[in-house]
Amino acid sequence: MATVTFFVVAVLAVASALGLILKRNPIHGALFLVINLACVAVLYLSLGAEFLAAAQVIVYAGAIMVLFVFAIMVLIPGKEETGPDPRRAVRLLALPVGALLFVQLAMIVRPRDARVPPPPAGGSAESLGTLLFTDYLFPFELTSVLLLAAMVGVLVLARRRPS
Amino acid sequence: MSLVADLGIAFGRVAFVMLFVLNTAAILGWVERKQSAIMQDRIGANRASIFGIRALGLFHPLADTLKMLTKEDFRPARADKVLFSLAPFVSVVFALVAFASIPFGDTLTIGDRVIPLQAVTLNVGILYVFAMLSLGVYGVMMAGWSSGNNFALLGGQRAAALMISAEIAIGASVMGVIMIYGSLNMMDIARAQGQLLWGWLPKWGIITQPLAFILFLTAGIAATKRIPFDFPEGESEIIGYNVEYSGMKFGMFLMTDMVETTVLAGLCTALFLGGWQVPYLYAEGFHFPWGAELLLSPLAVTVLQVSAFVTKVAVMIFILMLIRWTLPRFRYDQAMKLGWLGLFPLSILNIVLTGALVLAWGAR
Repeated sequence: MATVTFFVVAVLAVASALGLILKRNPIHGALFLVINLACVAVLYLSLGAEFLAAAQVIVYAGAIMVLFVFAIMVLIPGKEETGPDPRRAVRLLALPVGALLFVQLAMIVRPRDARVPPPPAGGSAESLGTLLFTDYLFPFELTSVLLLAAMVGVLVLARRRPS
Repeated sequence: MSLVADLGIAFGRVAFVMLFVLNTAAILGWVERKQSAIMQDRIGANRASIFGIRALGLFHPLADTLKMLTKEDFRPARADKVLFSLAPFVSVVFALVAFASIPFGDTLTIGDRVIPLQAVTLNVGILYVFAMLSLGVYGVMMAGWSSGNNFALLGGQRAAALMISAEIAIGASVMGVIMIYGSLNMMDIARAQGQLLWGWLPKWGIITQPLAFILFLTAGIAATKRIPFDFPEGESEIIGYNVEYSGMKFGMFLMTDMVETTVLAGLCTALFLGGWQVPYLYAEGFHFPWGAELLLSPLAVTVLQVSAFVTKVAVMIFILMLIRWTLPRFRYDQAMKLGWLGLFPLSILNIVLTGALVLAWGAR
């Protein structure tokens, strides 16, 4: 059952990722990304991490991507977004960089399957919260400061200047 | 045999919730007409009849459905074919599945089986409901964009902006409830509301979190996009995201609103009105604070609890309809101001206050 779920969701995830890259229409691409994020949430769910799955859907699919789609709809793409890419040469870099990323991922994933046991704490909200506020407190606070800085930066940039 | 029984029980749990939500949503069309008629001293829709039987106009929802199913299903030439057809489904599906983790009764024990009376048991049930509701925004946005109509696009954007600002306030206001009852599981939250404060007052969410209840209700009504927050698609005068839709696809957007109202009433009941709790009713019967007792069979207790849940949802829907037919419409900027400068900061304040209280009293 779990294996069947994994393969169905994995195929869907890869297909939606391809759709995101290959679709010319930015709205279609963004909606494919939503499907992709939902697939990742289902994978979390099949690993028993219910809280992570719910957070993935609420934060990424439900909040961030809604804003993305909203922004794309407001800035309805004109010719410059849908025409041929002016920086074609940069595309040549995609293949080696992609290959490098793939090798790195393969190196990270491969030795794990035998060695690392499933996390003892499980994926409940309590264990996740305890971990965040004890072992990972510093990175957690650092991330929140980063987000705060980004918010302040946006406010400064968007503020109406007296002219 | 046991597998068949398990499957049957799972199917029954899902079927009960599904039929409850669908039938409530269907009958809401009638409730809305009749209640507004009574409030405005009119008779209301009463003409639809089958063989001369009018049944207080109860056949109107049936007539509506038949009308919508048989109308022309029109698609504008400039519409995005796939998204245009997909949008109503996305809208209605996420509203329908949101009810799944709301419990409608305590556990029911038959033989050696313990059956929790909710469609899906999830440890993060409350987050699941919000996840599904937040995905519902896509249906509206897709509808507005794919119609190939600039008015529809603007309507979709108004709806999306409203729903985003409402959902933030909903999430933040519920945080206080989660802190008080210490769980994300809706069954645990409903069960914890059966405790008594000072030996006589049921510890319902509306008593421990009165501010959160008002904030949640306001934001919830905004999220359903109905009067007084119906500026995305005012039925008679504002061109909304569903302007290009006809037939049953239009009907599905209408149905989404009704289902969302039912889900909102269910959420209010589960989080603030004690869920399936009847005051002083425990697993073996009533234990009144003045010492009287009335012992009941487990089945009778379950029946009482489920009917208490249904009654509370019905009362909540009645209140929601009262609000809908009483208040005038907010303007777009007024609703945005209310959401971001009113509801959201107050919800944060509620979280801080609740945190301080929980720390001070050690309550839980």
